[in-house]
Amino acid sequence: MRPPRTRRRHRAARPAALVLALILFGSLYAAFVPSTQVAADTGMSGQVAEGKALYQVTCSSCHGLNGEGTSQGPTLVGVGAAAVDFQMSTGRMPMARPGMQAPSRVNTYTAEEIAAISAYVASLGPGPAVPNSSQYDYSTLTEEEIARGGEMFRTNCSACHQAAGVGGALPNGKYAPPLTGVEPLHIYEAMRTGPQQMPVFSEGAIPDEDVAAIIGYLKTMEEQPTLGFTLGGFGPVTEGLAVWVVGIGGLCLVAVWIASRGALKR
Amino acid sequence: MARPADVVPTPAAPEPRDTTGASAAPPQRTMPRGTTWLDERMGLAKIGKAGLRKVFPDHWSFLLGEIALYSFIVLLITGIFLTIWFRPSMAEIEYTGTYELMRGRHVSEAFASALDISFDVRGGLLVRQIHHWAALLFVAAITAHMLRVFFTGAFRKPREINWLIGVGLMATSLIAGFSGYSLPDDLLSGTGLRFVDGLIRSIPVVGTWLEFFVFGGQFPGELLISRLYMVHILLVPAVILGLISAHLALVVYHKHTQFPGPGRTEANVVGYPLFPVYMAKAGGFFFIVFGALILMAATMSINQVWLYGPYNPAAVTAGSQPDWYMGWLEGALRLIPPGWESHWGNTTWTWSVFLPGVGLMGLLFTVLALWPFVEAKLLGDTSEHHLLDRPRNAPTRTALGVAGMTCYGMFWLNGANDIIATQFNVSLNAVTMSIRVLVFVMPVIAFFVTKRICLSLQRADRERVLHGSESGVLVRDPAGGYAEGHAPISQGEAFTLTQHKQYEPLEASETEDEHGVRRRDPNAVSGFTARMSRWFVGDDVRKPTAAELEEAHHHEDASDDDMPRQLV
Amino acid sequence: MSSTEHNSLAPVEDGTRLPVANPGLGEHVERYTDADPAAARRAYLQVLTLFGLVPVLAIAFVVVYFAVPQHLWVPLLGTQWPLNSLLLGLTGGLAVLFIGLGAVHWARQLMSDHEMVEQRHPASSDTATREAFAEKVHAGVMDAGVSRRGMLLGSLGGALGILAVPALVSLADMGPWPTAAVRRETIEKTLWTEGEVVVNDVNARPLRPEDLEIGQLVNAEPASLFDLHGVDYMTEKAKSPLIVVRMDPNRIQIPESRRDWQVGGILAYSKICTHVGCPITLWEQQTHHVLCPCHQSTFDLGNSGVVVFGPAARSLPQLPLRVNADGYLVAQSDFTVPVGPSFFERDSHNDYVEGDQ
Repeated sequence: MRPPRTRRRHRAARPAALVLALILFGSLYAAFVPSTQVAADTGMSGQVAEGKALYQVTCSSCHGLNGEGTSQGPTLVGVGAAAVDFQMSTGRMPMARPGMQAPSRVNTYTAEEIAAISAYVASLGPGPAVPNSSQYDYSTLTEEEIARGGEMFRTNCSACHQAAGVGGALPNGKYAPPLTGVEPLHIYEAMRTGPQQMPVFSEGAIPDEDVAAIIGYLKTMEEQPTLGFTLGGFGPVTEGLAVWVVGIGGLCLVAVWIASRGALKR
Repeated sequence: MARPADVVPTPAAPEPRDTTGASAAPPQRTMPRGTTWLDERMGLAKIGKAGLRKVFPDHWSFLLGEIALYSFIVLLITGIFLTIWFRPSMAEIEYTGTYELMRGRHVSEAFASALDISFDVRGGLLVRQIHHWAALLFVAAITAHMLRVFFTGAFRKPREINWLIGVGLMATSLIAGFSGYSLPDDLLSGTGLRFVDGLIRSIPVVGTWLEFFVFGGQFPGELLISRLYMVHILLVPAVILGLISAHLALVVYHKHTQFPGPGRTEANVVGYPLFPVYMAKAGGFFFIVFGALILMAATMSINQVWLYGPYNPAAVTAGSQPDWYMGWLEGALRLIPPGWESHWGNTTWTWSVFLPGVGLMGLLFTVLALWPFVEAKLLGDTSEHHLLDRPRNAPTRTALGVAGMTCYGMFWLNGANDIIATQFNVSLNAVTMSIRVLVFVMPVIAFFVTKRICLSLQRADRERVLHGSESGVLVRDPAGGYAEGHAPISQGEAFTLTQHKQYEPLEASETEDEHGVRRRDPNAVSGFTARMSRWFVGDDVRKPTAAELEEAHHHEDASDDDMPRQLV
Repeated sequence: MSSTEHNSLAPVEDGTRLPVANPGLGEHVERYTDADPAAARRAYLQVLTLFGLVPVLAIAFVVVYFAVPQHLWVPLLGTQWPLNSLLLGLTGGLAVLFIGLGAVHWARQLMSDHEMVEQRHPASSDTATREAFAEKVHAGVMDAGVSRRGMLLGSLGGALGILAVPALVSLADMGPWPTAAVRRETIEKTLWTEGEVVVNDVNARPLRPEDLEIGQLVNAEPASLFDLHGVDYMTEKAKSPLIVVRMDPNRIQIPESRRDWQVGGILAYSKICTHVGCPITLWEQQTHHVLCPCHQSTFDLGNSGVVVFGPAARSLPQLPLRVNADGYLVAQSDFTVPVGPSFFERDSHNDYVEGDQ
């Protein structure tokens, strides 16, 4: 067991590490985002050209040679760099096989490759850009603002993703994925781009500071104490299973012991 | 061993020996110190003489009801602790407690005090979790106990009234559980109340009136939590306590049933005395149940109300489920296909909610309450039963029970259809549509499979009694043929396998006398009853008769194997 | 009937009921602890140990209660454990458990395990008792005089029965009476009126059509909701919430009568499910289906909210929208039908049915 830490110290350390990571991520993307805007102005930059080449190898069989979409996949004109970054960084795209929904998998592309394809797709039509970290940074928010983010989360998100963020079912085999352990960047991108069946939550309704509050709520929630294992966080279903298996099952074993005689001589 | 060897006989008045006492030489004893005082005031000796050495039979399944009783005691103890801090009010306040993710939010007082108990009262969260686990265990143990009583026929005469009390306890425990689930006023409990609102509304003619009366106006109003609090901590526990007292008093009066076996008859009960063995065993089991509940609460999280947040009629969480005992109703509601509603005149009849919600619950409890009387009617059985049935010896009852459990199980599964869909990567709609069919098909399959298994077991019992157990030793006879030798079984086992009553299907009685006038005989068996009776017991495998045993015995004497024989 | 006779519990010792005679209780076999004093001593010490650990754990419980800070959390096995509660549970739980285990161990190993036999008696009384009982009932009835003055019992029964009426009437104030007029002002009415501004829930931001993208979902409320507090706020919030969605107008069906209820593919529906009233927001932007997480009723928002799956029986009510002078989305009126779950007095002929124009 690690030495017990107080909550104060504990709370300070995690956000600091996160902020550090966010700055790193942010600066990484900051290097690429301007170039996509340049590409829109001056024709095809080197990165866009590289992205187009990668696109034609990895994406065009479903989304069309010029992102116009096919029967296999929707058009990418106007989806924006954020959509590409979300789909590829979380390993959802390219899809291994057609299905109801692209599952999240290990991403095998480098940040440069994804940035290049993002830049190319962004050049096809205007759409949400990859955000910089200040847009979803919650380290400056007060406790009350993050608590309000919780109310935003329960109003807009928990219907699909569940109150503890463990995910939930949608019609016909589709599902809302778990939110635990998801990068703040990806949560932001998903809200703004509406990947797959997820609706868009645009800035007009939910401004950046509210998104940051939602992300802050989720990340703080992951660190809240629970007395005991959460049984997957699914709520009453697993609790009921546990009471029958552990409670009734375990106590029946005890009952067998109680009702038996002590070991006999013969 | 623990008994002191040197007993000093004292010259007290001779006391009639307890007939159940085991050893010889009645010693004369004085009253234990302190008991005389009580005896002079309440006749303690009389009570103790009748009850102290009362015999209880030993079987693990007889302890299921005890689990329920002990969970209830744990619920009372932990419930008192919780009431010290819980504030049953729906008034809106700003949360200022320790839980940072709710600080500054406007919540109901009930929810804020649930958070206070969880985060600001030392041991509060532990006690909350013990209380909730105990509630789940209480209903689960009642259910398991009820199934034991059903499958062993312990509900038969003279215990029908106790069965009815048990059905009442089951129903009351559901109300107790649901009212408690609703008290913290979190998102899940509010969603449950929203469902109750819809359910009450669906009742034809009086639904809207009941809704306004229960909620004190429109949903959610500001009265419901305090009303439910009264139901949860006063009304329902009082009813449960009364019913439990009656339940236990009847157990004492009837004496406990026992499984058949050597030395056990309808007229006796064989086991261990209340004092000291059952006091230690049952008393010890209370502490084991309590300890297990505390350990469950310390290691398994339950109902994290702070994650669900305060109730908000415009918010909901995926995986909104009731506690397990309402899961089958939830599943039934989810099962209904679109469009079950009639619009007659200016009225709306919501079958899609009323039938699965109110109807199924009514059906379950009606069937449970009527069953002992239906079965006695089909068997024409008016005698008392104190020896339990082995479930195989009542094949149709056992099959019906398993079919009922299967049906319940299908509803239950559908109550978790969204969790099943996400955890097993199947389509939510496919799960629901499959169960729409399976809820009818599976009970039928379960009925026939169970009945066949019971009949096969009965047949195996019969073979075992007639021919002994298969010894696994192959014997070659002089002619070159092979046969497996059978080892005889003990008389005790043979008795256990043959002691049950062999029921004959009822024959329809003559309903008209020789003049063609209908008889008015209350004991007459109608054609319908006779047909149902034939269906109920007609397939039972006949147990061997004394004559058949004798014949089998001679047959084996005559045969030329050299297996030892001692049967009967 | 045989069951009414005393001592009818004795088994019928004939060949049909009992083809094999009851051999009686088997020979009693001693336990190790009966036969071997060393085994008995071991069991004795085990019981003592179990009981002896209880005071140790009880003291530990008290120490933990006061010594371990309540808000100290320890990360262990992937969760943050509140150390105080955890240790209270472990010490308290084991202490209680050990009492039970010790007592049962004692009973199984050290107490006498000679089975005892107790005779049963039928639940019914014997004939003499019944006759005595009947005699006493008769004497009581005679003393009461009810057989001669036949009206007594009937009038008493009637008097007691009628008490149910005042008892029930005293409950008549449990809630307002949902008469037609009351219903019109309560469950058949929401906050939406002509010109009521549509705002995003929680942050109360008004919405411009150009803020909404195709595929967007907004969980909306009437702006005036945020002026309310306490029970009024909760009651209205249980009826007025909206789901505002924007869809590609070319990919949805809009009936003629509802053509001017939408603004460029922006449609507003009641968020309260028509089944039992859960708020529904599980909207799939590609299929336009919205799913209720409670019982999985599924509605097609691209087709006036008709039910496509699940137990709901009626379409989701749609709220007519327009844009006001400031360019914000507002309601044209209240819902045209009552929102939420059905009730008996509801006139359900005006709800949208598949195929209506």
